[in-house]
Amino acid sequence: MKAFSYERAHSPAEAAAIVGRTQGARFIAGGTNLLDLMKLQIETPTHLVDVNHLGLDKIEATPEGGLRIGALVRNTDLAADRRVRKDYALLSRALVAGASGQLRNKATTAGNLLQRTRCPYFYDTNQPCNKRKPGSGCAAIGGINRSLAVIGASDACIATHPSDMAVAMRTLDAVVETVRADGATRAIPIAEFHTLPGDTPNVENSLAAGELITAVTLPRPIGGTHIYHKVRDRASYAFALVSVGAILQKDGTGRVAFGGVAPRPWRIEAAEAALAQGAKAAAALAFAGAKPTEQNKFKLVLAERTLAAAIAEARA
Amino acid sequence: MHGPGDFELSRRGVLIGGAASVAATAAPVAEAAPEQAGSAGAGTPVMAKVGFKVNGKPHALELDTRTTLLDALREHLLLGGTKKGCDHGQCGACTVIVDGRRINSCLSLAVMHEGDSITTVEGLGTPEKLHPMQAAFVKHDGYQCGYCTPGQICSAVAVLDEIRAGIPSHVTGDIAGKPAMSADEIRERMSGNICRCGAYSNIIEAIGEVAARRKA
Repeated sequence: MKAFSYERAHSPAEAAAIVGRTQGARFIAGGTNLLDLMKLQIETPTHLVDVNHLGLDKIEATPEGGLRIGALVRNTDLAADRRVRKDYALLSRALVAGASGQLRNKATTAGNLLQRTRCPYFYDTNQPCNKRKPGSGCAAIGGINRSLAVIGASDACIATHPSDMAVAMRTLDAVVETVRADGATRAIPIAEFHTLPGDTPNVENSLAAGELITAVTLPRPIGGTHIYHKVRDRASYAFALVSVGAILQKDGTGRVAFGGVAPRPWRIEAAEAALAQGAKAAAALAFAGAKPTEQNKFKLVLAERTLAAAIAEARA
Repeated sequence: MHGPGDFELSRRGVLIGGAASVAATAAPVAEAAPEQAGSAGAGTPVMAKVGFKVNGKPHALELDTRTTLLDALREHLLLGGTKKGCDHGQCGACTVIVDGRRINSCLSLAVMHEGDSITTVEGLGTPEKLHPMQAAFVKHDGYQCGYCTPGQICSAVAVLDEIRAGIPSHVTGDIAGKPAMSADEIRERMSGNICRCGAYSNIIEAIGEVAARRKA
């Protein structure tokens, strides 16, 4: 690990201002992803601003009938919140499908949204990776890419976003609240939060330098049957090959987003509109234009079948 | 109190040279720090003070900011019960309980634990008076080489508390309901603790016995 200085911020705005003006500075919350990457020198911050003690760890009802989840609410606490389990079960299900009990006790809501890809070539510093070192190339294209993206990727990067929670947040139309280095606040719809790689896979979201996530809000509950199906190589504690986050209504309509298949949670309006026609029709629209590799084309079949299982479960 | 370099560099110390607490003693001479408010110059170790309780006893340490909680426990407080397996949060050998919650101590900076209460396997019981979970692991032969065992035991103690507190898991049937104290629930919740010897079936039996006893 490279040396760094450390300080505890006193307010969200102060934290944003410090990181905004200090070259090489980063926020640290749970640290479960950042420290892992720092040990490998994939992340090399020279200054860490601890945002753990800013009162951002509460879950509150909003006047609109939704929930406002503080950025620092731990994954365990969010999954266990009674209101979340009752009205946003998809979110609880997605959270407990991810990581281990130890990690969920530390990992935060905002940190989960910001976690980096688990592409093995991003982790291997001996390999070229446009996300880790822009312009160096992509070893995953033409490499071992069974676990990587089938859609939304580019010639520069085929990494997937690893989060389960983000798939649920996308399905639930969450909104990301932030404070910027100049103190201004804004609300970013989750659909506009994660960006596609294009020619700049090192850019993964729409946050500006020093911009700090303060909360994630959920709109009022929409009812329906909440399902999160995660298919992985082990029964527990593994990243998704394919996951399906769905909220299905009695009439067969609903919402669906896929995880493990793209650089961001993959939700397509046209596919949702076809949900009542069944998994085949919806998956065909969700994955129109997919560019799988020889090794990961199985994900297209798996995604359709996982969606079919979700629809069957909702009807049962 | 042991600071970095206070004890002789052992063969083991050389082997774990990647650990910040040891590496710091051999760090190159500081280069001129760039003009940045409060940030570390390239390669210059930064020391910081932190105070926390370990197994009920308060400690005040001055550490390289890079020191993980795991290295602080093992290399500075010389509590070797907590083990370093993968050092990347994948194996669970470093599991300790902080303010009642189990975490991977390898993925947490010591300086971030100001004021915290940490329980390691040394704080659960003593050789003369074992914690019920320790005794159950002995009774059921819940290990072979024993390296993952302190992490397994700390995790298991916390797992039973989590089920009792109603925290759901991936195998909880009714996510809005109360999770069952079952082998399936325990197995799922223990998935962050890897055992290369494959003592899993005996580990589950050990935890199950403690769970049943405390349920009664």
